[in-house]
Amino acid sequence: MATSDTKGYVGRALKRVEDPRLIQGKATYVDDLVLPGLLHMAVLRSPHAHARLNSITTDPARALEGVVGVFTGADLNKACGTIPCAALAPGQKVPPQTVLASARVYYVGHPVAVVVARDRAIARDALDLIEVDYDPLPAVTDPEKALEKDAPLTHPELGTNLAFTWSLATGDLEKAFAQADRVVKARMVHQRLIPMAIEPRGCVASWHAGEQSLTLWTSTQIPHLVRTLLPAMIGVPENKLRIVAPEVGGGFGSKLNLYAEEAIACHLAQRLGAPIKWIESRRENATSTIHGRDQVGEYEVAVKKDGTLLAIRSRTIADIGAYNQLLTPAIPTLTGSMLPGCYKLKALRMDIQGVYTNKMCTDAYRGAGRPEATYTIERLMDIVAAELGLDRVKLRLKNFPKPSEFPFGTASGLTYDSGNYQAALKKAQELAQWDKLLQQQAAARKAGRLFGIGLSTYVEICALGPSKMMSAGGWEWGCVRIEMSGKVTVITGATPHGQGQETTFAQITADRLGVPIEDVVVLRGDTAVAHYGRDTYGSRATVIGGTAILMCIDKIIAKARQLAAHQLKAREKDVVFKDGRFFAKGRPKHALTLATLAAESYVAKNIPKNWEPGLEASSFFEPPNCTYPFGTHIVAVEIDRDTGDIEIVKYVAVDDCGPQINPLLVEGQVQGGIAHSIGQALFERCVYDDNGQLLTGEFTDYPLPRARDIPEYKLGHTVTPSPSNPMGIKGVGEAGTIGATPAIANAVLDALAPLGVRHLDLPFTPEKVWRAIRAHEPPRR
Amino acid sequence: MKTRVNIKVNGVAQEHDVEPRTLLVQFLRESCRLTGTHVGCETTLCGACTVLLDGQAVKSCTVLAVQADGAAVTTIEGLARDGRLHPIQQGFWECHGLQCGYCTPGMILCAADLLSRNPRPSREDIRHALDGNLCRCTGYSHIIDAVEWAAKKMAKTPSTQ
Repeated sequence: MATSDTKGYVGRALKRVEDPRLIQGKATYVDDLVLPGLLHMAVLRSPHAHARLNSITTDPARALEGVVGVFTGADLNKACGTIPCAALAPGQKVPPQTVLASARVYYVGHPVAVVVARDRAIARDALDLIEVDYDPLPAVTDPEKALEKDAPLTHPELGTNLAFTWSLATGDLEKAFAQADRVVKARMVHQRLIPMAIEPRGCVASWHAGEQSLTLWTSTQIPHLVRTLLPAMIGVPENKLRIVAPEVGGGFGSKLNLYAEEAIACHLAQRLGAPIKWIESRRENATSTIHGRDQVGEYEVAVKKDGTLLAIRSRTIADIGAYNQLLTPAIPTLTGSMLPGCYKLKALRMDIQGVYTNKMCTDAYRGAGRPEATYTIERLMDIVAAELGLDRVKLRLKNFPKPSEFPFGTASGLTYDSGNYQAALKKAQELAQWDKLLQQQAAARKAGRLFGIGLSTYVEICALGPSKMMSAGGWEWGCVRIEMSGKVTVITGATPHGQGQETTFAQITADRLGVPIEDVVVLRGDTAVAHYGRDTYGSRATVIGGTAILMCIDKIIAKARQLAAHQLKAREKDVVFKDGRFFAKGRPKHALTLATLAAESYVAKNIPKNWEPGLEASSFFEPPNCTYPFGTHIVAVEIDRDTGDIEIVKYVAVDDCGPQINPLLVEGQVQGGIAHSIGQALFERCVYDDNGQLLTGEFTDYPLPRARDIPEYKLGHTVTPSPSNPMGIKGVGEAGTIGATPAIANAVLDALAPLGVRHLDLPFTPEKVWRAIRAHEPPRR
Repeated sequence: MKTRVNIKVNGVAQEHDVEPRTLLVQFLRESCRLTGTHVGCETTLCGACTVLLDGQAVKSCTVLAVQADGAAVTTIEGLARDGRLHPIQQGFWECHGLQCGYCTPGMILCAADLLSRNPRPSREDIRHALDGNLCRCTGYSHIIDAVEWAAKKMAKTPSTQ
């Protein structure tokens, strides 16, 4: 929007307005809240993956000094409704998820009882005094075994572990496979991951008896969706609920849910007449906050010998865990939709089986189904190139749609808005000095070193989405008000939690209105302030929320122009708006500032006849389509033969998210996203043993990437605007996590290729790599 | 049974009666109401609760308040002087060294410990020093930039330390 008649904040790497409070310890996260008479809640969780719950003895806990109450499923499951899922597959078998366990527990970490006490330590002490009599039952943790005939049943009353089957079939698959010169097959495991936001979940609920209303402060990405969904759980109507997402310490999808603890805290605040705080421990965060990924698939690619792709057939099993959280079944189906990646296909068939196991639910974790799709197709492209003896870059170029073919209809039925995959690939090759890199590899291999180069050309789906694709609206809401003083208040229904929209939305607003950015304040995260919103997930906030704000501003400018015409005694069409000033054409010296007009609009003594006072507008933006950012990542790795340790020696990423509002923040999103991929590719794996015990419930066993694991990046971008919104922007929150994992995987497997290793499943831990090296090379003396 | 604990926090004497099992981070957050120090794991692994104890970075979730009796503690609230940001805070702002901000106070204090021992660290030194502090948002690159920025700034104007 940095046109000649604006100050040009958009496109500049400005520092964030959020930061002063965050770098001085002055921000307010949910655990920082203290209310008079605050009570603390702690949750007793099942130590068994599957067990009959015979009895719960709470008397010793109740007797502990400072304990206010102990509540079990018998006390709460009738008062609180079941946990909602907004994305059930057609015909899906659904076990009701009560807030606390009833007759059985179904996963380790399943909430069984809660204690409310005067302080947090007493509440936790009391948990140890609750006696639960369990009869352990056989558990099932492997989703493939769960489909076998004699497998234990996660929910015996359903009669099967198969929750749903979802299929997607387009084109003439049989014909495509019949025409193929080669069918390349692969099996891939997408390991289960734990989002691990550094701030665990938590909430404070406060009942206002006089007003019969309730305020819930909760560490969530979706206060507006919580407000929509909570009434069915706690019986308080929507217009008596205020939901506040204060400062939120990371989400990555894990806080895109309504969880049992939030509903219980609300119910008990009302029941006990006192505010209730609950803060999750790290261990609880690992056992009882959603997990991500966990699919296993068999894939077949039909291909001509010149490398022309014809079709993909896939059969995937998605481990959805014991229950459905908000979007659980939608994650593997999104994988299906994005499986064609950047490539033209004549036919596609994907069959997904969603399977219940005695584990925590999976749901949206950064990328949410797209990383699985991109990893699959980009690994397949490298396997196809290797098996057909083709160059992997040429193979990709051969199957890309041309820039002129956009909007491009995919084999899965999506319409990619705009793209130039060739340009991003070329730029990445230039930045990586591709030819030089190949020479470096040849020299390293000659010297017996394991040096690999990996590439991924990705496309993702962002700005979710048009309402027809979503279960409760895919629009976003905004409101802009020019205050009497001329200061500008922007209210967004998107709920940023670290992404920086307080800054980027101020940039957009200041440019469009021609005011200093210091005069703009962006409010978010409180349903009493931002009345409507669909919140932040799926890289949607800037695209949809930002456009809603732009629409508000244009309404305000149009309205201010009417007032200016009246006061300048000019015709409305002759009023010019430039740099925050309105004047009659040819008379710039006789200008009215936006601030003057704002004051006049509220004083309302000199306004046009029948003109509504005030300068405020709100808008809903309904996007016509999703956006489809894309890019190319190139990675070089060197593997230590003796230890299996992998070093990333080069990392180049070229991402195209359309025009960038703040390149510094885009860079931050890309780097942060890549770090998640480094974790997924090299270290992270959520492990349950055969009895359903979680073995990776702390940072000791679930290793997040650390500063030493991060390479120096070379980042670039291309700019291909989206036709789906006026700014042409696309979203960038998940790009790094989607593009990077297959690039790293392809690099590692390229390094191991001379040994004859065709494929390994992630993560590439040193042990796994070391074993693969040992298995494929003759023992050395 | 409660024990009286005296800790000088950000230059101010703080005297509170606490249970012997009270952690230093609880003393800071609950008794002193200094909530800039965060808890991320309670097991010394994430570093969100890092503070300076007699000038040395410690994870305040695994130090008992009674162990810190008589000591001096610096928290994130104590870094800015007379309304002027500490150079490390400036560096995090300039270089976009934070996103959600939850790990940031711990990161900044860990960096302060590093720069007090090693005023001209290499990027490798910074990576090594921050090894005990987890960030899930930034991917660390901008954090390393931020600490480098601060080191340069402090070298130019030592009085700002």
